[in-house]
Amino acid sequence: MSPSTIIFYLLAAVIIGGALMAVTSLKIFRSAVFLLFSLIGIAGLYFYLDYEFIAAVQVIVYVGGIVVLIIFSIFLTHGSGEDMKRPHWIRAVYSALAAAFGCILTMFYISQYTFTTSGKPAVEPSAGNIGAQMLSTTGHGYILPFEVVSMLLLAAMIGCIVIAIKVKIPPHELLAEKTDNDSMEMTEPILANTQTEI
Amino acid sequence: MNDIGLFHFLFVSCALFFIGVYGFLTRRNLITMLMSVELILNSVNINFIAFNKFLYADKLDGLFFTIFIITIAAAEASVAIAIIINLYRNHKTIDVEETDVMKF
Repeated sequence: MSPSTIIFYLLAAVIIGGALMAVTSLKIFRSAVFLLFSLIGIAGLYFYLDYEFIAAVQVIVYVGGIVVLIIFSIFLTHGSGEDMKRPHWIRAVYSALAAAFGCILTMFYISQYTFTTSGKPAVEPSAGNIGAQMLSTTGHGYILPFEVVSMLLLAAMIGCIVIAIKVKIPPHELLAEKTDNDSMEMTEPILANTQTEI
Repeated sequence: MNDIGLFHFLFVSCALFFIGVYGFLTRRNLITMLMSVELILNSVNINFIAFNKFLYADKLDGLFFTIFIITIAAAEASVAIAIIINLYRNHKTIDVEETDVMKF
């Protein structure tokens, strides 16, 4: 076995092992850390294929962004060190059977298929080439998806702030007060509103 | 690089995808379900990169798809976590079995 083969199998073992532990571990924080290892292994796979830019993006966005966000939300929503509920065994068995069957079927069809390569000379996947094609308006440029995705990110950012912002009055209490106001005599609704705001 | 071909990468990504599916089906916690979705998206990314590398090395299209998937996954994860935190604030739980206010 050549060294590159050994490196590939090591990366594959890290990815698959980390993913398996991430979906089966009962401690949610350990689950997040195993997900981190799996994502780092995927970044290593991109390095292995000489796609350094994508590997860097993977490390920055997934490892540095999403996993940290997930760990923060775990801290905000879970007590430390308590186990999650074990999944019901019938559900676990049927899910494992479905996943294993689908995996075997897909692998079978992949191994039966013969892929044809384009056979043209390779383009260097450098950051310069990627940037030139991404911002190009002619030919096969990706300027329109780039702009759409930037709008999507802006919308997601504003949406996150709107969703997660802490309102003064919780919504169910606001609803209860509104129904209370409705049930009262409707003489001074303006005064009632100002009272709820205070 | 001689003996490691496209099929190895496709098998890794296939295994990763179905591990994610298993996690999505068994987990009853919203954050771990989100983690399973991230695994599924990453398996798709491996597929795109492997196809681009081994079949269409003269183009960069698979790479762009991967970049956009990563971007949209980041947006999706942030919105999902905002919803989860808001849900936890109102219901004190993020278990999917117990958050059934809208269910009739």
